[in-house]
Amino acid sequence: MYKILERKDLAPSIKQFVIDAPLVAKKAQPGQFIILRIREGGERIPLTIADYDTQKGTITVVFQEVGKTTKELGTLKAGDHLADFVGPLGQAVQFENHKKVLGIGGGLGVAPLYPKLKMLHQKGVEVTSIIGAKSADLLIMENEIKAVSNKTYICTDDGSKGRHGFVTVVLKELLEKGEKYDEIIIIGPPILMKIGTEITKPYDIPTMVSLNPIMVDGTGMCGGCRVTVGGETKFACVDGPAFDGHKVDFDELMKRLQTYKSEEKTAIDKHEGGGCRCHQ
Amino acid sequence: MSSINRSKTKTPMPAQDPKKRSKNFDEVALGYTEEDAVNEARRCLNCKKPTCMEGCPVQVQIPRFIKHIAEKDFQSAINVIKETNSLPAVCGRVCPQEEQCEQKCILNKMGDSVGIGRLERFAADWERKQGIKAPKQTSQTNKKVAIIGSGPAGLTCAGDLVKLGYEVTVFEAFHEPGGVLIYGIPEFRLPKAIVKQEVEFIEKLGVQVKTDMVMGKVLTVDDVFQMGYDAVFIGTGAGLPKFMKIPGENYLGVYSANEFLTRINLMKAYSFPKTDTPVKVGKKVAVVGGGNVAMDSARCALRMGAEEVYIIYRRSEEEMPARKEESEHAKEEGIIFNFLTNPTRIIGDDKGWVKGIECIQMQLGEPDASGRRRPVPIEGSEFILDMDTVVIAIGTGPNPLLTKATEGLDLNKYGYIDTDENGKTSKEGVWAGGDIVTGSATVILAMGAGKKAAQSIHEYLQTK
Repeated sequence: MYKILERKDLAPSIKQFVIDAPLVAKKAQPGQFIILRIREGGERIPLTIADYDTQKGTITVVFQEVGKTTKELGTLKAGDHLADFVGPLGQAVQFENHKKVLGIGGGLGVAPLYPKLKMLHQKGVEVTSIIGAKSADLLIMENEIKAVSNKTYICTDDGSKGRHGFVTVVLKELLEKGEKYDEIIIIGPPILMKIGTEITKPYDIPTMVSLNPIMVDGTGMCGGCRVTVGGETKFACVDGPAFDGHKVDFDELMKRLQTYKSEEKTAIDKHEGGGCRCHQ
Repeated sequence: MSSINRSKTKTPMPAQDPKKRSKNFDEVALGYTEEDAVNEARRCLNCKKPTCMEGCPVQVQIPRFIKHIAEKDFQSAINVIKETNSLPAVCGRVCPQEEQCEQKCILNKMGDSVGIGRLERFAADWERKQGIKAPKQTSQTNKKVAIIGSGPAGLTCAGDLVKLGYEVTVFEAFHEPGGVLIYGIPEFRLPKAIVKQEVEFIEKLGVQVKTDMVMGKVLTVDDVFQMGYDAVFIGTGAGLPKFMKIPGENYLGVYSANEFLTRINLMKAYSFPKTDTPVKVGKKVAVVGGGNVAMDSARCALRMGAEEVYIIYRRSEEEMPARKEESEHAKEEGIIFNFLTNPTRIIGDDKGWVKGIECIQMQLGEPDASGRRRPVPIEGSEFILDMDTVVIAIGTGPNPLLTKATEGLDLNKYGYIDTDENGKTSKEGVWAGGDIVTGSATVILAMGAGKKAAQSIHEYLQTK
């Protein structure tokens, strides 16, 4: 059992948990993820590590309540326990000799962006960040991102905070202005990563994305998370989740994410239809 | 005393009716009654030189345990089995006895061999009904052994070492121990309650099982030594699914057998939405491959509600690697076999869902390296089968997750671990066994490897 030490509500449907998992925290590095299971009979869901503290032995995860499991997770409080918490999984990201990096996070993607920017910042790299959300109340980790960035741009789709528009609009402007980066990191919904990488491609700037396909084990044994990168099939759980964004087949990824749409609906209907007593 | 039963045929195994069982996940073979077991045991001639034992990778004292059953002393029977086999309820169900002990039985010359597997299962099931007693072994050596992987190789190695007086910890990546016995072999062939009980038996002997431990990630082999362990056994299996590398394999509704079976068995997708993990099984399902895993996948698909389930296998029935019992069961349940057929591409719709599989007819040519006749495509014979789901069950390879993270561990060119005949690897204090050494094989061969390694580890630690 793994104890939830802290719970913080970052936005109406976005929560942050700090989990007591000393062994995982000891090995965690930016870019890696964990898989958790709430209880017996629960599904295994992957969540990117949003932060870790080796000294305290804790891992921070951020999740949005979209499916049955994340909604149920959202009902847990500090002091509650998770049945399983497995990691750190996937490849850590490496940045060598970078001097200037642009980090872009959309929606929940801001959370996995944070540890990468934090590491770059600690290495003395000049970090520019663009973070965005649908609206001001859904914007997360603004202060954390600002603390590790030399400059931060904020965007909202509805204009309720910062620039009115998508994060990619700012990206485009910066590149058009002639800004140069050793690498650009884009993390968010697949459509954002697709559009973002299309924008950076003509500038020939290496662009890293972090993918979120459906997974079961997270150790390379099921192949459910396969993605096409540079024409080759890769397993996001062991080969990724970070990849060269210019090589990823995002259309395939977006289709594959739809596999269990009808089952997700069944599960949520049952969950909210009184099948469980979580909300009573 | 019991007299010899001179019947030339095995006492039949009661089984669920094929029509009924193809709709449920309950066990197919129901097991012998006490009367069946005694009758069958009385067929054993109790040979002075029991050839059957030569065929057993874990050296079960076969005539001795069968004699106890014939005398209705079932407790002694299971005690004899457990002297050398920590997982009898599993072996009695999934061992290919027809290629091992039973193949060597002298009665084969006159008719059927003794039903050794069925008797082993009977003894184990009988004990379970009484409530298993396991004396906790006390550590007498002050030495610690770490076992990585809780499949058949790891559990056997752990069981043998704890009996020899070592402090043993098993590290398992999944949330439940058992490895392929839990995620791979389906409930109707090996009920999970039985695996659980066998694991509990080993835990009662004093073995500690730690789940959620993805070794190579959370801890390396060198970390384990630093934590004070004196030896390590690696039994991580061959868990990396192979795909065919044909167009369309990433369409929605295409599964590796590993994923398909893991969703159903480990994650209990058959209980969805009572449990949370779903699996997509359409009306028409194609399973590519001819091994036990292919049979398991096909039979699972049927039980998940598929109307037509096809096995697509590139060689002929004769070369099919599945156990005869499994392919027979599959046929009885209505699985359709397409032999000498090989997929060339998977066809999808505009949303990315599978809608068919294009195959080509094959014919058998000259024998290949495996001694089996090589299947050769017949040009221009392509045809399309409409399908909603495709499961690829053409084998697995070694998962590099742990081996890559272990310095000084020699691998062969395929990525399996190199060992000597006792499972000793190139790295000091590290042994390996099971599928991670041999490539995909059987439960019992993995157990045999675990056993040999345990003995070798014991010899090593005595001199340390």
